[in-house]
Amino acid sequence: MTANATKVRRTARWAAPVLATVAVAALGTYVAEAQQARSNNLMTPGVQRAVAATGLAPVESFSSIQNTAERSIALFLEASKVVEHPRCINCHPVTRRPTQGDDMHAHVPPITSEAATHAAGVPCGSCHGQSNRPTGSAGIQSIPGAPHWGLAPQSMGWQTLTSGQICEQLKDPKRNGNRSLEQIRVHMSEDHLVAWAWHPGQGRTPAPGTQEQFGSLIAAWIATGAHCPK
Amino acid sequence: MRIQVNGTARDVEVDPDTPLLWVLRDVLNMTGTKFGCGAALCGACTVMVDGVAVRSCITEVGSIGSGAVTTIEKLGDTKTGQALQKAWLDVDVVQCGYCQSGQLMQAAALLEVNAQPDDAAIDDAMAGNICRCGTYPRVRAAIKQAAADLKGRR
Repeated sequence: MTANATKVRRTARWAAPVLATVAVAALGTYVAEAQQARSNNLMTPGVQRAVAATGLAPVESFSSIQNTAERSIALFLEASKVVEHPRCINCHPVTRRPTQGDDMHAHVPPITSEAATHAAGVPCGSCHGQSNRPTGSAGIQSIPGAPHWGLAPQSMGWQTLTSGQICEQLKDPKRNGNRSLEQIRVHMSEDHLVAWAWHPGQGRTPAPGTQEQFGSLIAAWIATGAHCPK
Repeated sequence: MRIQVNGTARDVEVDPDTPLLWVLRDVLNMTGTKFGCGAALCGACTVMVDGVAVRSCITEVGSIGSGAVTTIEKLGDTKTGQALQKAWLDVDVVQCGYCQSGQLMQAAALLEVNAQPDDAAIDDAMAGNICRCGTYPRVRAAIKQAAADLKGRR
């Protein structure tokens, strides 16, 4: 038994009433805010498609689409199963309030971030470390974490947008961090924070497919002209 | 493993994955920091590392490195901490008291980055510190009093 587990067992007896109180309060918050998420239309058709995805189709499977622009759009829509997956889009809010879970309920505790990583007095690092962390609570298996954990900049807000709107935003240097399409490809294929989506820690559904497959789809989308769905 | 706690180097024989909270409470016998939920939801275990609020229940001690840990036991050594302690007593914030060490540490972390927080800033920063007794209005009033007190001293 690890030291961690030993300490948790030692404390479990006296801490149970406190834990139960917090758990009940947290559960009520989760339910109320999950309902709010639905009413705010965060679960767009694109997000629902991403949540339902069990994998990514390989680039080759799109070769039967003769029209290049149509093939490019189909490739992007396949890649968007990652882009719009809650593991990614939860931290791309249009507001400065992150969401969590596959139902995109409001982040608990409530956070409003002034900058990418810093709500005044409560930076993301107060809870999110350099890697996923186990908890001492049965209800939540781990706290997600990776280096440079934080919200995407305001200009890269994706929540409530259509797949087409996200696509156009990704191509726009004024809104994508002044990146070229090649830099977008490298970011999607190699960035460690993007990579976290496939290693999200216990209790969380990973993004579909692999980062390598995702990167290949993005590369093929760019190679076919980076067309966007309407 | 050597960690810096309240200005003193402390050698502790623990696994690197041991939560900082248990190192403080069970190894160093510093029981001012409390266990609440174990999942960074309630804020009872809040301490500071290099002046930044951290939830010690899910912070692996091995991740701290040379970071300076400050706990409730040392809060009164700073001007901010003294102002908060006085305000807490003047406003009579505490009811059962279980969450209050976390509330105070989070309040101190807030005043480090925002010397004169308004209601919204206080609510944003303190939203992750749950109080079963509902002392929130008094917490807010005490933070404002401490901020005013500190401003008057400058």
